[in-house]
Amino acid sequence: MLHIVACIKQVPDTKIIKMNPKTNTMDRRTAPAILNPYDAHAVEEAVRLKERYGGKVSVLTMGPPPAVKAIKKCIEIGADEGYLITDRRFAGADTLATSYALTKALDKISKESPVDLIICGKMSIDGDTGQVGPGIARRLDIPPLTSVNKVVEINKDEGYMKVHRKLEDGYEVVQSTLPCLLSVEKTINEVPYSPFPNMLKAARYQPHIWSVDDLEDVDIKQLGLKGSPTIVSKVWSPPKPEGGTLLEGNPKEQVEQLLSIILEKKELFTVKGEA
Amino acid sequence: MSEKFDAIVVGAGPAGISCAYDLAKGGASVLLLERGEYPGSKNVMGGVLYRKMMEDLIPGFYKEAPLERPITEQRFMMMDKESAVTFSYKGMEWAKEPYNNFTVLRAKFDQWFADKAVEQGAILINETVVLECIVENGKVIGVRTDRPNGEVYADVVVLADGVNSLLAQSLGFHKEYRPDEVALATMEILKLDKKIIEDRFNLEDNQGCTIELFGDATKGILGTGFLYTNKDTLSLGVGTLLSGLIKHKIKPYELLEYVKSHPMIRPYIQGSEPQEYLAHLIPEGGYNSMGKIVGDGVIVIGDASQLVNAIHREGSNLAMTSGRLAAETILSAKEVGDFSERILDQYRTKLLSSFVGQDMKKYKDSTHHFDKFPQYFTDYIPMVNKAASQMFTVDGSSKWEKQKKIWSDLGTTKEKMKLARDVYRAWKVIK
Repeated sequence: MLHIVACIKQVPDTKIIKMNPKTNTMDRRTAPAILNPYDAHAVEEAVRLKERYGGKVSVLTMGPPPAVKAIKKCIEIGADEGYLITDRRFAGADTLATSYALTKALDKISKESPVDLIICGKMSIDGDTGQVGPGIARRLDIPPLTSVNKVVEINKDEGYMKVHRKLEDGYEVVQSTLPCLLSVEKTINEVPYSPFPNMLKAARYQPHIWSVDDLEDVDIKQLGLKGSPTIVSKVWSPPKPEGGTLLEGNPKEQVEQLLSIILEKKELFTVKGEA
Repeated sequence: MSEKFDAIVVGAGPAGISCAYDLAKGGASVLLLERGEYPGSKNVMGGVLYRKMMEDLIPGFYKEAPLERPITEQRFMMMDKESAVTFSYKGMEWAKEPYNNFTVLRAKFDQWFADKAVEQGAILINETVVLECIVENGKVIGVRTDRPNGEVYADVVVLADGVNSLLAQSLGFHKEYRPDEVALATMEILKLDKKIIEDRFNLEDNQGCTIELFGDATKGILGTGFLYTNKDTLSLGVGTLLSGLIKHKIKPYELLEYVKSHPMIRPYIQGSEPQEYLAHLIPEGGYNSMGKIVGDGVIVIGDASQLVNAIHREGSNLAMTSGRLAAETILSAKEVGDFSERILDQYRTKLLSSFVGQDMKKYKDSTHHFDKFPQYFTDYIPMVNKAASQMFTVDGSSKWEKQKKIWSDLGTTKEKMKLARDVYRAWKVIK
């Protein structure tokens, strides 16, 4: 019986979100909140491992009360339990404070049912740092395995697991002791269309909701904005690409124009040293 | 593993949500299925929400619902190519509680509305398409969705799946609609500063204006246009019978572009930015196009049963009322434990004797009448514009001469007789 916890985040859909041109910050009202796409793969992997080895999948998130929606999405994918830690005192947390709060929640979950494996998505699409996963591993003093794109095997009895870590030109096979923490690539699996019974379960599901006071041994100074040493000095949008030429005329004329442009710049296409 | 509910409602629009809300409130177990990402994501409406029907369901809803503006002025613009005769009413009694009507954006409003049904106990599942009704011995006993293990069962299935209602069609309740039974509406949501909107439309904070457009807005094709004020957006759209678009070989977005560049509309929307583009079919066949709406274990409500009053641009209120009447019927059927067509037929009786049925019958010929006699839109509206122009242009001729000229412009005695007859006929179908 494995107990796997997936740490997830509700994020604004950055495909849709607009930037406030004056402050250069994200205008969160303009985009719907979704489950961070990488985290969907983390939950899916947890569910697959549960199906392979038996056990239980819990999901954990920190966020405002509407984050319940993201937890429900995980139940649709096949998670069994969901935990939301929500409190004004968590607000404004950077990755350091977030990993601290999540670790405290993981301690509490572990007391109820010991955790064998923690899975995170590679990163969130709004912050793009990928630091919270390894941060949790460091705080729990367990091995972090990042960029995982395959789980080869888990052997709980002998206390190890084997994964593939994605490299630029291939992958490496890593064996780690359990418990450990994985942060997974999108390529690790495909999240299928959830079966109808899961949808019904998710619609009815109410997650466990904890405030700071429900957690134990919490140092308030390490939470939220107070516990966040990160300073954002400047945010800006990358400049929009400018210039370019629009070719006009019928397709034949356009192709001719394109060819003559390419021929003019042929030095771009010749390899140095060749004639 | 498959579950059974008292009722499954297919489609979370105004009809479906109203029905699910009342069913759940009445203690029934209800499953509300929506194919969009969330309720409202696929729903389109010009944007007028009728306070009365909404309040029948949720009293005082306007205190918390995400509404745009209470409508305090309604304008009716009869447009020619470069002119318009406008009639309007503005009243401060509409600017205070309980208000009259509101402009809304469906994507926001329907989510809130569906959440209310969920609060009552309805189970809402999004992103799920119902492929077909499960029929056993001629009785609808559930639905099959497009998800794995997607069958789910109920005593009654309520079809609120919108204008084409493929589900009702596959049960043989109605044929595929003809192009003269449906209108195609296209609209844009245009972003504009709140202050500019209020200045341009002569509004104060929390006041709204609707302008209905007739005549050249649709290039004389049978249909109407509209320009509604939201908080910091405008909704501008045109809707015409599909058959009209086909006949005049005009693409719907071309018509919308035409309205946007029309000199009577252009100044209102100047400087705005398109935020959303939406298009939808509207059932406008009226009473004569309504198919079968009740069967063993099944009820059809809202657009799916052609409930639209095209003349008064009403639809969502008819939909909501039909949803409530369906819920009432199902709850009493639940008491006797009989969901046969004979018992559920109470819904049809109730619907037809309500204002919905009364209005559907009253206006049953209106669309066809105006479709058959295009001169209302092509000739008479320009005529009114010309008359107004002549009357109000100060050119040194006496008012007596002007009136004489206007009268003679109406044509020969025979043509005047025809005009009088048409006006009478139009009055008869819409009065």
